[in-house]
Amino acid sequence: MKSYLMLILCMGLVTYLPRLLPLITLSHLSLPPIVERFLLCIPYAALGALIVPGVFQATPDLPIAAWVGIGIAIFFSWLKGSLILPVLSSVVATFLVILIWQG
Amino acid sequence: MDSRQKSRLKAGLTAALPIVIGYIPIAMAFGLLAKATGISLLDSFLFSAVVFAGASQFMALNLLQAGVACSEIVLATLLMNFRHFLMSASLTPRLEKKKSKWLPLVAFGITDESFSVASTRGEKLTVPFLLALQFSAYFSWLGGTVLGYLLGAILPTAIKSSMGIALYAMFVAILLPEAKKSAKVSILAFTAGAAHFLLASLKLLPSGWNLILAIILAAGLGAVCFKEEEKEVTA
Repeated sequence: MKSYLMLILCMGLVTYLPRLLPLITLSHLSLPPIVERFLLCIPYAALGALIVPGVFQATPDLPIAAWVGIGIAIFFSWLKGSLILPVLSSVVATFLVILIWQG
Repeated sequence: MDSRQKSRLKAGLTAALPIVIGYIPIAMAFGLLAKATGISLLDSFLFSAVVFAGASQFMALNLLQAGVACSEIVLATLLMNFRHFLMSASLTPRLEKKKSKWLPLVAFGITDESFSVASTRGEKLTVPFLLALQFSAYFSWLGGTVLGYLLGAILPTAIKSSMGIALYAMFVAILLPEAKKSAKVSILAFTAGAAHFLLASLKLLPSGWNLILAIILAAGLGAVCFKEEEKEVTA
């Protein structure tokens, strides 16, 4: 089998540097308020952009399964603010829909 | 180690649980696919151990299979993972101590999932908490990769495809309780999601850019528009 060591090391490097540089450089600076506000807004913006549109392709062969799964996740996380229950119930619901559809 | 450190480590391990549940099946899918692409077990393990970024690992498999040159794969990886630049920057104002010799290790562990869990906790982040959170996720990613490579083929498809929803469910479960409390959070997330949807449908840019642009756009608007409420998010 071919070795991909060089590719892996280069991919690792270009992935690590963007993770590393802000954390070690910005922590020594004091930032202007607008930049700080921008940075503090990022988590919620990132969550929105990570969910949509990716969730629509979460089960590419049977989109309805993802819809049901995410519906269940929304229901349980709205009800109670934990992570485990929505994640597990959503996987189970998605699995059941796929199973029934294939049935 | 004093008891405060210990309780921070424990909090990190607990917070990692939903990520672990989401990571194992996805890493297994990666291991399985890597095997099918003709990559050795050692290299598949190294992909997960050195790169530790799911989307770009899957992309690399795709591109390798299509015969794309390695230099292009590296460039695409840079583009796809540049979003972590924003996340890394966004973690800094939340750190309890700005200086720590562990920061290079914390940086290595930044993923969409660990960032989302950590940055929405509404408290200052400590190094023991972050490392426990990130490295539980890391080891589940490694374990899943090897497991998938060795025995992914015997899992029924229905199980494998249903696992794809796990991380989205987690993102929703992180976002919703925050959005319930704050209109600002809802607006930020909605704007970014809509922008990403639009950009992805237009297909004008490589897909790595769409996510980054959507985040910058929404967070930028947020920084300009929401001036008074800032304490709510920092608290």
